[in-house]
Amino acid sequence: MLLSAALFMIGVAGVLLRRNIIVIFMSIELILNAVNINLVAFSYQLQNGVGQVFAIFVIAVAAAEAAVGLGIILAFYRNKETINIDEMNLMRW
Amino acid sequence: MGNAIAFYVISALILGFAMLVVTTKNTVHAVLFLVLNFLAVAALYVLLTAQFLAAIQVLVYAGGIVVLYLFVVMLVNLKRPPEDHSAPQRRPWLGFALAGVVLAQLGAILVWGGAGDPVDPHTMQNSDLALNNVERIGMLLYTDYFIPFEVASMLLLVAMVGAIILAKREL
Repeated sequence: MLLSAALFMIGVAGVLLRRNIIVIFMSIELILNAVNINLVAFSYQLQNGVGQVFAIFVIAVAAAEAAVGLGIILAFYRNKETINIDEMNLMRW
Repeated sequence: MGNAIAFYVISALILGFAMLVVTTKNTVHAVLFLVLNFLAVAALYVLLTAQFLAAIQVLVYAGGIVVLYLFVVMLVNLKRPPEDHSAPQRRPWLGFALAGVVLAQLGAILVWGGAGDPVDPHTMQNSDLALNNVERIGMLLYTDYFIPFEVASMLLLVAMVGAIILAKREL
């Protein structure tokens, strides 16, 4: 559990600290991995397969998120020539 | 005993690679450390008797998602690293402090939360989750969780179409 929490926090710190949006996406993957570790650990502790099933769903959602997110990055890069999130103020009010 | 040692070694590997992913300047190196991190997590799944999930982890994460990341990193070839010019309104130490505080909170909950004595999995009778891992997960997935399974497949289809539309230059 503490491993999962620590990995989660590294991911959150990565999201908050880095300006490279690709690294931010990788941090999000780290967070999802932390969640998966937690689910599998409980599945092991309770000897119940449901946790592993949910971990599979998390992986599927992570794959979908990565595909769409990276598509957005590519489209944005083509328009703006940057992947720095500080310059992504297109939708700022 | 051997399990405990393996767990701590793998945990150290996971955390170390995660730190490297977040702190490395070179994006390609970060992606490679991400592969190692995913493989270590797969090893942890094997230790936790989730062999099927470990295989999925290696195939989907280390195989698919990381290749996707590498493609994007190569396509977006960086003429200037984004970290070079720092905006003055960003405060990195604030992010670190925030992450540390939340980690302390989670740790306090785990330590003093009174989660009760965990059941030792080895003393339990029905440890066939390890033996028939794929079978058990398949039964659960196609009976109790059939509708979420179908919803996940729809989500993947929608994500695929969306990614293609986003990545196309013009429709």
